[in-house]
Amino acid sequence: MTHYVIVDVTLRDGIADPEGATIERALPALGFTGVSNVKAAKSFRMDVEADSAEAALAKATQLAERLLSNPVIENAVARLGN
Amino acid sequence: MARIGVVVFPGSNCEYDALAAMQDLGADASFVWHTETSLEGFDGVILPGGFAHGDYLRPGALARFSPIMDAVTAFANDGGAVLGICNGFQVLTEAGLVPGALQKNRGLTFLCQPTTLIVESTNSVLTRGATKGQALNVPINHFSGSYTCDDETYAALEANGQIVLRYQENPNGSRGNIAGVSNLAGNVVGLMPHPERAMSTLLGSADGRVLLGSFVGALANV
Repeated sequence: MTHYVIVDVTLRDGIADPEGATIERALPALGFTGVSNVKAAKSFRMDVEADSAEAALAKATQLAERLLSNPVIENAVARLGN
Repeated sequence: MARIGVVVFPGSNCEYDALAAMQDLGADASFVWHTETSLEGFDGVILPGGFAHGDYLRPGALARFSPIMDAVTAFANDGGAVLGICNGFQVLTEAGLVPGALQKNRGLTFLCQPTTLIVESTNSVLTRGATKGQALNVPINHFSGSYTCDDETYAALEANGQIVLRYQENPNGSRGNIAGVSNLAGNVVGLMPHPERAMSTLLGSADGRVLLGSFVGALANV
């Protein structure tokens, strides 16, 4: 069975995020006020062949930790999509 | 004569500079395509600059899984001399052969400029022939060169003398002005600046010869 899985890769706490900071600084100039804590992150979508949703998540988590993220600076979380 | 292998990934673009620098320093240098699986016959290995595998995902993230990398890892663990320059440094961090990671530059701009490096440790294959505190003029050319690591790793790097080179003035937001680090034994070194582009005063600086001469010299007795 195929499961649609989304993997979010975010920077670990305390790791500088120059991209998020630059976006945040640009917002007031466009008239968007009251927006803070902007973080840039990556999101991956995939179809995973597995017997169960749990098995699909486990597989996605494994590949996310091995390839999609660098554990030195990033966290990866896999979740089921619709 | 030291035999040096310069690994070429799809997207490498400094391999000819590295090869020419090695030959200029009297080494017997040749290219090693990334799908090869053996480094037999080499005394030292260079991972050159560029954009291996298009830098997709993260710089070095895909190159780390190129077939040659198993041989590079085994070579490094065996005490072999391995040098990663720029993109090669990124590959080494992704492969876990040197600590830390390289992030986008603080200012989110591509940097291409001369920098002054200070030799922090001479306990590495790249700096064995240099003097602690020596200032070297070597250019940088990168977008993701901001060296990052956690507090524990940074403390260990300092305590073990693994910080090989620092920028005199921080160009990219690197933690502790770090320009290059080594593994614990000092046989694996990664740096963002390009010593292979500082081989002649005619082209701005010959200070790269101090570093690469050190690398070749360290292998001459092998």
